[in-house]
Amino acid sequence: MKITEQNVEQVALFSRLELTEEDKAVYTESLNTILDYLDMLDKLDTNNIEPAAHVLSFKNVFREDKLQSSLAKELVLVNAPEEEAGCFKVPRIV
Amino acid sequence: MNRYEAVIGLEVHVELKTDTKLFCGCSTEFGKEPNTQVCPVCLGLPGAVGVLNKKVVELATKAGLALNCAIGTYTWFDRKNYYYPDLPKGFQISQVFRPIAYQGHLDIDVNGATKRVNITRAHIEEDPGKLVHSGGSITTSRYSCVDYNRSGMPLIEIVSEPEMHSGEEAKAYLEKLKAILECIGVSDVKMEQGSLRCDANVSVRPVGTTTLGTKTEIKNMNSFRSVQYAIEYEVERQIDVLEDGGRVIQETRGWDENRGITVSMRNKENPDYRCFIEPELTPIELTEEWIEEVKASIPELPDARRKRLVEEHGLPEYDAGVITSSLALAEFFDATLKEFPDAKSISNWIMGELLRLLNARNMELSEAKITPSSLAALLKLIEKGSISNKMAKEVVEIMFDEGKEPDQIIKEKGMSQISDEGQLAQIIAEVIAKNPKSVADYQAGKKQAIGFLVGQIMKATKGRANPGLVNTMLRDKLAEEA
Repeated sequence: MKITEQNVEQVALFSRLELTEEDKAVYTESLNTILDYLDMLDKLDTNNIEPAAHVLSFKNVFREDKLQSSLAKELVLVNAPEEEAGCFKVPRIV
Repeated sequence: MNRYEAVIGLEVHVELKTDTKLFCGCSTEFGKEPNTQVCPVCLGLPGAVGVLNKKVVELATKAGLALNCAIGTYTWFDRKNYYYPDLPKGFQISQVFRPIAYQGHLDIDVNGATKRVNITRAHIEEDPGKLVHSGGSITTSRYSCVDYNRSGMPLIEIVSEPEMHSGEEAKAYLEKLKAILECIGVSDVKMEQGSLRCDANVSVRPVGTTTLGTKTEIKNMNSFRSVQYAIEYEVERQIDVLEDGGRVIQETRGWDENRGITVSMRNKENPDYRCFIEPELTPIELTEEWIEEVKASIPELPDARRKRLVEEHGLPEYDAGVITSSLALAEFFDATLKEFPDAKSISNWIMGELLRLLNARNMELSEAKITPSSLAALLKLIEKGSISNKMAKEVVEIMFDEGKEPDQIIKEKGMSQISDEGQLAQIIAEVIAKNPKSVADYQAGKKQAIGFLVGQIMKATKGRANPGLVNTMLRDKLAEEA
């Protein structure tokens, strides 16, 4: 087993997911299955393949430093559960 | 003697001077109403994908080159994942694995010695939004307000090696960094507007050892001076902890300017940022040719300028250092020098009156109304003896505030110097006649009595008498009468 239940708990915490004991067992099992599947790649001969640093095959996609209009203020806050003085209001942080 | 040595590394965030943000076309202008410069990209709305601002690559490369860094010809962006309300996507786009610039250095001068501080890396990243805590501080507030205008602003983070050993060295490093970045025009480098921010990693170790002690990270410093004070305080605090048999805890501490102390903010033991390559932005490939082009656009840097002022214009090292610490001062100096060839006299006026007035009025040079050619005109009038040094100080203040030409001010205020010998002889005779006791004292050998007589002459002419001429003429007259 590469992935333990503790790993799953940690990842769930990062994503703010609440998992039952049963969920944890299922996800630990399925994540390990995925990793085992990927192990097949280790068997390939990659001696003559250029190392790939990036997943995209194209490069240097830039935009000019030109101003574009921003969102209208009422649209900005439309998804904010709470707002105050034009700001997103969030619960106490620490 | 000191049994401990402080080890300091600095992380400096600098906002790049672009019109638009790093990955979107929202304005970067400072001080606008909250959340009026935002769009789906910098708000981190699902599905929104940004495109890299080309100007950022150019400015970051320029900064890297000016800091003597190597430039990565193949770099990319990575995601640094963490949860915090100022980071709407849940990750910050940064360059974790391949910074655009690395292995640089800059030289600082502390107590007359030059010291090289190595720069580990300078990478591009996006700024998070800005949090305002309702109760004033994060620990006492019930809630916080988020303004995303700053979210997605283009930054470079410049990381030094842990090679500084005092608060003073750290301050000198920041001053030099600021001077360089200002000179090449990549940033406004204004700490009070947040376009330059500094965190300090501080640890101490027994003198003679080489392993690093446990470090703390100090934040919330809002001036170069507070960086120096915060480091000095933190070094003492850590030494006290060790001397008392304790151990330093790795944590983030905030500088409390009012109390002059650092306060624990949070424990930070190797946070897990789960960094990985940003899959939605393309890699950046730079050619040597393009890098050379950027290099050619870098103007004379502060160190070279300083050397020129010393070697070509004979300025003392100290003067040259002060003048080249700010681009505005250095340009003002050069422009004045074109019209008046006495470099030392210009530097005296810049470092004396000009800096005094800027401090007194709390202004930037660009806000003052005085121009290099009007200063040069004033220096010519002093040289000709048309106005005394003392009077010129009053004139320069009016030039500074109102921007008038010196000859106009002198005319309006009746400040021109009296160098007419006939007129002065008459006044000297009157003063001698009115002060027989001082004359007698002088002639009896109390040479300092002449000071009183000169003072009386100055009073009679409202300070307009040519002091050099008064001195010579008065001595001659007193010698005659003896």
